[in-house]
Amino acid sequence: MNRFAALIDRLAYEPRRNGKIRLIADYFRHVPDLDRGWALAALTGALSFRNAKPGLIRQLIAERTDPVLFALSYDYVGDLSETVALMWPAPARPEGPSPQPSPRRGEGAGPASKALSPPGRGLGEGEARPDLGIPLSDVIHTLTHMGRTELPAVLAGLLDRLDETGRWALLKLITGSLRIGVSARLAKTAVAALGALTPDDIELVWPGLTPPYAELFAWAEGHGERPQTENPTPFRPVMLAHPLEAADRESLDPRDFRAEWKWDGIRIQAARAVDADGRSTTRLYSRTGEDISGAFPDLAEALAFEGAVDGELLILRQERVQSFNVLQQRLNRKAVSAKLITEFPAHIRAYDLLVDGTEDVRALPFDARRARLEALIATHPTDARLDLSPLVPFATWEELTAARADPATHGAGPDADAVEGVMLKRADSLYLPGRPKGPWWKWKRDPHSVDAVLMYAQRGHGKRSSYYSDYTFGVWTGDGELVPVGKAYFGFTDAELIEIDRFVRRNTVNRFGPVREVVHARDEGLVLEVAFEGLARSTRHRSGVAMRFPRIARLRWDKPPAEADTLATLEALLRTQGEVAADDDAGAESDGGGTAARPASRRAARRDREAS
Amino acid sequence: MRSAMRPEDLLRPTPRGLYSPAGDFFIDPVRPVPRALITHGHSDHARAGHGAVLATRQTLDIMAIRYGADFAGDTQAIAYGESVEVNGVKASFFPAGHILGSAQIRVEKNGCRIVASGDYKPGIDPTCVPFEPIGCDVFISEATFGLPVFRHPDPAGEIGKLVASLQLFPERTHIIGAYALGKAQRVIALLRAAGHDRPILLHGAMERLTAYYESEGIALGPVKLAREATPDELPGAVVIAPPSSLAEVWSRRFADPVTAFASGWMRIRARARQHGVELPLVISDHADWDDLQHAILATGCGELWVTHGQEDALVHWAGQAGLTARPLHLVGYGEEEAESGDAPATGKASGDAPAEGKPS
Repeated sequence: MNRFAALIDRLAYEPRRNGKIRLIADYFRHVPDLDRGWALAALTGALSFRNAKPGLIRQLIAERTDPVLFALSYDYVGDLSETVALMWPAPARPEGPSPQPSPRRGEGAGPASKALSPPGRGLGEGEARPDLGIPLSDVIHTLTHMGRTELPAVLAGLLDRLDETGRWALLKLITGSLRIGVSARLAKTAVAALGALTPDDIELVWPGLTPPYAELFAWAEGHGERPQTENPTPFRPVMLAHPLEAADRESLDPRDFRAEWKWDGIRIQAARAVDADGRSTTRLYSRTGEDISGAFPDLAEALAFEGAVDGELLILRQERVQSFNVLQQRLNRKAVSAKLITEFPAHIRAYDLLVDGTEDVRALPFDARRARLEALIATHPTDARLDLSPLVPFATWEELTAARADPATHGAGPDADAVEGVMLKRADSLYLPGRPKGPWWKWKRDPHSVDAVLMYAQRGHGKRSSYYSDYTFGVWTGDGELVPVGKAYFGFTDAELIEIDRFVRRNTVNRFGPVREVVHARDEGLVLEVAFEGLARSTRHRSGVAMRFPRIARLRWDKPPAEADTLATLEALLRTQGEVAADDDAGAESDGGGTAARPASRRAARRDREAS
Repeated sequence: MRSAMRPEDLLRPTPRGLYSPAGDFFIDPVRPVPRALITHGHSDHARAGHGAVLATRQTLDIMAIRYGADFAGDTQAIAYGESVEVNGVKASFFPAGHILGSAQIRVEKNGCRIVASGDYKPGIDPTCVPFEPIGCDVFISEATFGLPVFRHPDPAGEIGKLVASLQLFPERTHIIGAYALGKAQRVIALLRAAGHDRPILLHGAMERLTAYYESEGIALGPVKLAREATPDELPGAVVIAPPSSLAEVWSRRFADPVTAFASGWMRIRARARQHGVELPLVISDHADWDDLQHAILATGCGELWVTHGQEDALVHWAGQAGLTARPLHLVGYGEEEAESGDAPATGKASGDAPAEGKPS
């Protein structure tokens, strides 16, 4: 348990993707099978314990600590698991606490200082406890098989035996929220890094595997066979597209390509199989292979085909596709209520077929797959939440440019608001995992843009640590005040980053912890051209609006801040988009309610979307 | 027969710091005063410009290094265990275990004894003389880590995390944020005890203080200035720098560094993340929650005055322990070590960010 705790402790602070992979792979290399398997289960979100709730943790700590001290501590720390992990009292020792503050820590463990260190309290309490070697697999076994009545005492016993990091890890495990910036895909990538496999190799066998994954590790390390998965509905790695630049377009022949609308939803893969006895299995996967069937039971139930379909998850109301803002209200919900299902009916707009019946058709060209997909949809019950993404006819790039500019009159009709560009797929393209360059292109519609004034800056992480690379920007209200409307941390070049960084350092007017406020007056300040994909109403932001995927498009050194855009401009755009409800659930998974968690969840949403 | 002295006539809080009406002197004044008794050399306690300063020899040396030889009109050195009379008040200095030269100051007159402990920590620190509990009627304590969430782990274990990271990332420079006075030298000593024998690279801000520790007989092994290191020395090297420089231009010279920070604040994850720290090392020169309680009880005091930090929790505990306790609400302490050009900012990033406290 303590090695696992040390791992997630370190992961929580590691900003780099490659650093995380190395930490996880290093752990897998040095930890025996049973434990590393359960660790992999924890990292991939494959664990859940029904009976442990925050209320139980509060109850346990209330029985053990002074309520005033707990309240002061919780207020200071801001996170329940962490507060409890830190405050958890040491179990009663045979001898009472010494009245003398005797020197107690074996610091500088050289021979000289050892002589100074009295016996008994030579180490911190955690290290002195006897049961540090408690295996993660035992902890998980205990938690899994524990009834509601035994749980409090067993959990308290575990907490007594662990050190602070161990307690924190255990409480994070049982509340089901590790939140250490590790996706299932990343954990699988670390497994692949143990040997010569690719992450996609792991994905192919993954859905048929269960913890503790001994056969997977044996295979990854090159001393076992590829696991034979019995799973009839495995995830198949998705095919991704490259963004289309003008230069690319000139070199491409329109006759080689088919075009589809690029839908503003999230990528979904639906696999359904029927066994000899007529029993069916349906699985819905995100583009990273995460099983999201549980979040969309209405959709999983409605599907009736046999095979595997690639498409876009959308919300349809009265047969009309809703905007991404609406879809977002159904995403990231822990509980799927009947109300949620009724108000946000999920739907798949299909654009590719990977398996037809039981036949894998990924090695067929696009046109052939498309014909089979059309046939499959044609025989599918019409009320069943599955339809076909139409092809966009075009003969020249000019025609496609016109369609992209105005989807409404080029076949998308009332769904045009949910179109964010077009996809180009070579008619002869096979369905290949990953992002091969050439067969598929995404040609997104031009983003919205606004000229905003830089107001606050914060330092970034990883390569950018020490540079001010996270920017909060604002637009003018009718009262002539700047109000923040968003935060962006990419879009600029490395050279521009250095310029902005210098500007921030030289024009700081105030500091709030790590945040610098920079000069932003009508005649002094930096105007940023911010590109974004959409707007939503937000009660979280003082401006009342929230941008989707804002990024810095250009630095407008030439423009005085007074000439930046106004809130009225954004509100007008909001009206043309249709009034949509707040996006305030986007950050609902955030720990501690801080705004710091929002970018992460947005990035996650973006990751899931950047699919087609 | 003189009646017993009231504690408030012996020592009381004022805007300039703790003042003794009976002896007409200040302890750790935050503004220039005619006569100051100084507990230790950190810049929030030891300021330049006083008329006369009474402190340990090491504290006077440190002040001279930081402020120049003429930092005060007159100086007087006092050793641990010694006493002097200041206008009829007896002042005695005892080890505080915080940094080299740090002292608790006991003042007494007419049977009333007050110990102003400054910043202190019980336990073993190879870079300074250990804290001793001193009997008194009133004990004045800091409460920097006065919450039950602060229980400092074994520092050797924390250094073990650094050693493990050096093994995992042998090509990356490990920059450790540590205050230039005390913490930097302690971290070096801990690394040496853990068997790390490579030269340790220093930020310029800690060069003279580190040399001073060496001259006081504290062996720190080979050190050199980071700016004089050749590129081939950087992979896997340990660099010690003021915390404020971690995220500054200074740190850009190191390729792909691991950012560590040695501080008691690193106990709180959000605090570590706010500083962009990848490798938090919970190493503190202050008493933790348990230390505070043990130290206070060991003095046998009947009354506790709390200077700075998390005074609410400590006062609450003291009340339950049967002590008369009150916060002094002194200002000017524990805010920051303003020792390195661009010190960390103070203030609140947002409603849910914990307030910045003493970076220690």
